[in-house]
Amino acid sequence: MTPLIAACKIGRNVAAAIVGATVALGSVAWAQQSSKAAPETVASVVKNTWKAPAEGWQTRVDQDDTQRLCSETRNNPSKADYEKIRVRELATIVFPADGVVLGNWKDGEAVAQTGTGGQFSDKADGPRGGNCYACHQMSPKELSYGTLGPSLIEYGKIRKYAAADAKAAYVKIFNAQSVLPCSNMPRFGFHKFLSEQQLKDVTAFLFDPESPVNKP
Amino acid sequence: MRHLAEVTLHVWRTLGLVAMLTVCAVASNVAAQQAPDITEKEIERYRAMISDPFANPAYLNVDRGETLWAQARGTKNVSLQGCDLGEGAGRIDGVYAKLPRYFADTDRVMDIEQRLLWCMEMLQGVDTKDVIKRRFSGPGIVSDMEDLVAFIANKSNGMKFAVSVSHPKEQEMFAVGEAMFYRRSSIMDFSCATCHADDGKRIRLQGLPNLSKPGKNAQETMGTWPTYRVSQSQMRTMQHRLWDCYRQMRMPAPDYASDGITALTLYLTRQAEGGDILVPSIKR
Repeated sequence: MTPLIAACKIGRNVAAAIVGATVALGSVAWAQQSSKAAPETVASVVKNTWKAPAEGWQTRVDQDDTQRLCSETRNNPSKADYEKIRVRELATIVFPADGVVLGNWKDGEAVAQTGTGGQFSDKADGPRGGNCYACHQMSPKELSYGTLGPSLIEYGKIRKYAAADAKAAYVKIFNAQSVLPCSNMPRFGFHKFLSEQQLKDVTAFLFDPESPVNKP
Repeated sequence: MRHLAEVTLHVWRTLGLVAMLTVCAVASNVAAQQAPDITEKEIERYRAMISDPFANPAYLNVDRGETLWAQARGTKNVSLQGCDLGEGAGRIDGVYAKLPRYFADTDRVMDIEQRLLWCMEMLQGVDTKDVIKRRFSGPGIVSDMEDLVAFIANKSNGMKFAVSVSHPKEQEMFAVGEAMFYRRSSIMDFSCATCHADDGKRIRLQGLPNLSKPGKNAQETMGTWPTYRVSQSQMRTMQHRLWDCYRQMRMPAPDYASDGITALTLYLTRQAEGGDILVPSIKR
């Protein structure tokens, strides 16, 4: 094991510990915050800032209950809300009809590399991707990766390519908040941002033994 | 004159591109062998290399803004020199350091764009429809607003941010800005905080300033807008940067000079309290 990968693994463990501690400390941190804006004042300013969104875009301005709870608590929901979000988001998962969660890893790599789609500057039928590299290290060959999320190097290999773990990864990509409520990761399947095939392809990029993710 | 300016711009862009490619090549070689903080250092070196005020095309915007400020326009045929940006009619030195702020005559907190538009309408009798249509410059589009903001912001150069949150409406606007900073929405569930609430994070290779707390990151960020964006070949203001953030967040475009942008700008400028203003700057 290279020092870099060892450091990544330690980093992941520390990150997990911090997430746990943050969840526990959430209510304390919240109580210390200064004067809050009244929700109706914020709502009115938001309404005035996006007066007339294009057809079909108003739902992007409005929050769903999960977004609202995570915003109000700065991603540290109470224990009860944490559980409420987890159960609600878990209920949104849709598996492929044939139960196969692994697609083509090469197409998955393209999805991970593509950062366009869904912006008001994008064409509706233009390329759309998960932009995974914006936040995660994946293939060790790709040096341009972000650090907002944990490194995913050897993701499948570490898990011995177990079918249950591949299924869990599919769930996480479909709706990360069903696993970690108020996670920063987009709910790619829930929002139908990625297609079912794209979700499968990205899962394969993580789990195929031939994928560069698993070839250090 | 115009021709010379364009040639200068062209040469400058070409040089910028070559410099960028060189640094990227160096950066990837270095990064291949060493830790990512070396890459960050190389990016810093590139930033230092392009940060030359004597070669900054944004000073063309400053000059155009100066002319616009003094030009009689509108149904009342007067200049903007009677406009009160917070320190008294016609005063521009240091006003940018204290904006957004509360204005008694409108009983509102306004940012620089809102105030300028208000002055154009009330003082000059300018129909701002066309001005707003040209809010962001582009190929063949000159923006009065960008030029005016560049000129006025430049008059706070070398000063430090000192926005007030003493008036109840300023306190309210700050709190709204803070709430909007943490407000998650749209099809990627992002808020400003998703990218800007932790130290030392990157998106791809781009370092992300932590803007959730007062200090160096917020000071360096806010103190370097307006800026000449090499990647866009245009001078841009914080108004445009926030519009661009919401684009990346998959939100609809926020209305120009709307209260949400003012609230966020007040929140961010407050985090930059005491920070040096060095504008217009140059960025990637």
